[in-house]
Amino acid sequence: MNATSLRHLLREMRANWLSYVFVAPFTIVFLLFIFVPTVAAIVLSFTSFNAIEPPKFVGLRNYINLLTQDTTFWMHAIPNTFKFAIIVGPIGYICSFALAWLITQLPSKSRVWYTLAMYAPSLTAGVAMAVVWIVIFSGDRLGYMNSILLELGIIQQPQLWVQDPKYLMNIMIIVSLWASMGVGFLAMLAGIQSVDKTLYEAGKIDGIKSRFQEIWYITIPSMKPQMLFGAVMAIVGTLRAGSISVELTGSNPTPQYAGHLLINHVDDYGFIRYEMGYASSISVVLLILIYATSRLCWRLFGTEGETKS
Amino acid sequence: MRRVMRWIAPARRVVKKLTWFQCFLVLFLTGLSMFMLLPIIYLFNHAFKPASELFKYPPTFIVEHPTLKNFSDLLLASKNSIVPVTRYLFNNLISTSLTIGLSTFFSLLCAFALSKGRFPGKELLFSTIVISLMFAPETVQIPRYFVISQLGLINTYWAHVLPLVAMPVSVFLMKQFIDQVPNEMLEAARIEGANELRVLSSVIVPLSLPAVATVAILSFQGSWSNIETSTFFIEDETMKTLPFYVLTLTSGLSNSVARQGVAAAATLMMFIPNLIFFLLLQRKMIDTMMHSGIK
Repeated sequence: MNATSLRHLLREMRANWLSYVFVAPFTIVFLLFIFVPTVAAIVLSFTSFNAIEPPKFVGLRNYINLLTQDTTFWMHAIPNTFKFAIIVGPIGYICSFALAWLITQLPSKSRVWYTLAMYAPSLTAGVAMAVVWIVIFSGDRLGYMNSILLELGIIQQPQLWVQDPKYLMNIMIIVSLWASMGVGFLAMLAGIQSVDKTLYEAGKIDGIKSRFQEIWYITIPSMKPQMLFGAVMAIVGTLRAGSISVELTGSNPTPQYAGHLLINHVDDYGFIRYEMGYASSISVVLLILIYATSRLCWRLFGTEGETKS
Repeated sequence: MRRVMRWIAPARRVVKKLTWFQCFLVLFLTGLSMFMLLPIIYLFNHAFKPASELFKYPPTFIVEHPTLKNFSDLLLASKNSIVPVTRYLFNNLISTSLTIGLSTFFSLLCAFALSKGRFPGKELLFSTIVISLMFAPETVQIPRYFVISQLGLINTYWAHVLPLVAMPVSVFLMKQFIDQVPNEMLEAARIEGANELRVLSSVIVPLSLPAVATVAILSFQGSWSNIETSTFFIEDETMKTLPFYVLTLTSGLSNSVARQGVAAAATLMMFIPNLIFFLLLQRKMIDTMMHSGIK
C-alpha cells in the first residue's frame, strides 16, 4: 500500500519534472536568503552570541530577559510600534484603496500622472527621505516648518522638531503616511482596472444605485486577492519600519526613545552592543507579531480559494 | 474676445465629456497631487540652489538662480576621494539590472509552475511563499550575513543581487495574476503543439504583462536605492553602490546643513531614474490593461 502510493508519487513527480525545473531557481534563492536565515535567527535566539566567540546555548534566557527585564522594550519599543502601526497601517491602507479607486474613475489618459504623483513619495523612501524631511523639519529658523509657523505667529521660537520627543512620533507618522501609497496601492490600482466591466452593467440591472454600493458589492469582492495583498503589505511595511526614525534624527536610539520601534531595538542590540543572540530573540518576537497580525487580516479579507489553490 | 473664445472652446469640449463627479475629482486629485509632490518639487529646487539661497532667511521654496554647482561639487568632491562617484553609479547599474532581470525571470517561472502546474509539493511551496510575504529581511540581517559569507559572496555583485531576488512578493503577485488567465487558453496552445516554454512566452507573458511590469518596478525600487547590501555585505569600498555614498553625504545632515546642496543633488540623481523607470513602465501597464482586457 505504502509502496504503491510512494511509486505513484514518484511517477507524478517525474511526469511533472518541468514544473520542478521552473520552480527551482526561485526556490533555491528563497531557501538560502529567507528560509535559512529565519531558521538561523530562531536557533540564535536560544544562544548567547557576540559574533566573535562561537554561540553558547542558554535556553530561554534571552526570552525571559526580554519579557521580564527589558524596560526599554516594554516602555518604548512595544508602545511606540503599536501606536505607529495602528495609525499608519489602516489609514495608509484605506487611503491607498480610496485613491486607487478615485484615479480609475478618471479618463485613462490622465491616470498616469495622478498615479505618479501618489506613488512618487514611496519612491523617495530611504535616502531621499532624509534629505527632504530633515530640511523641512530642521531645528533652526531655516527649517521650512519653523519659518512658516514663525511667520504666522503660531510659535514664538524655532522648535527642534525631530529632536523633541513630543513631536518625533507624530512626524514619523506623517512622513510614513505620505509615503504609504506603495506596492499595495499599485496592486489595488491594477486590481480595480481588471474588474470585469460587464459586472457593473449586470449590477445596475440588479438594482445597484450608488457608487458606494458598486464598490462594496462589485469592486471589492472582485479584487479580493489584491485587497488582501495590500493589507499584508501594509502590515509588514509598518511593522518592519524603523529606519525612518534613525533617518530623521540621525541617531539610534532616538532622543529619549521617543521614536524607538522594534527594529531599532533589534539594531541597537545586534549592531551596536553585539548581543546577537538577544537581538535574534527580539527579531523572532517581531516576526511572530507580524505573522499574527497578518493572519488576522487573512480572516477578515481572505477568501478560502486563496489559501487552498 | 474672439481670441479668448478660441482658447476656451476646446477646453469646454473636454470639460463637456466629463461628468460633474469627474470634474470635482480632477480638482480634488490635482490638489492632493500637488500636496504629495511638494517635497519632491522642493528636492528638485534644492539641488539647483546656489549656496546663498540654501541658507537664506526666510527660506525660499523655488530656486531663483539655478546653478549646477551642487552637481559639479558632487563630482569634484568624489574625485579627490579614493572612489569616484561614477564607480558607485556603475556598481549600481550592474547590480540593479541583474536584479531586475533575474527577479522577473525567476518569479515568472516559479509563478507559472505554481499557478498552472500540478506537481507534488506545490501546496507546501506556495504556502511557504505566502507565509514569507510577512517576512521582514531587516529582522534577520545577522544570519543573512553568515549565509552570504559562507557562500563566498562578500564583496561581489551577487551580494547586491541575490538577497533581493528572493522577493516572495513578486512570485505571489505574479501568481495571483496568472491565476486569472483561463486554463482553456493554455490547453488551446498546447493542442497546437506548443511546449511549456512556448506557452509561457506566448500566452502567459503577454496576458500578465501588468504583473511583469509591476515586478520589474518593485525589484528596481528594491535594488536601486538599497543601502543594506552595501552596509552589511560589502567591505570593499569600490564595490559599494551609489545610495551608500549618498548616505555618507547625508548622515551628518540632521546636525549640520553644510552639505545640503550636494546631498540634494546626489539624492536627485538617485531619484530621477526611479521616476523615469516608473513612468515608462506604468504607462505600459495601463496600456496593456486596456488592450489585453484581462478579465
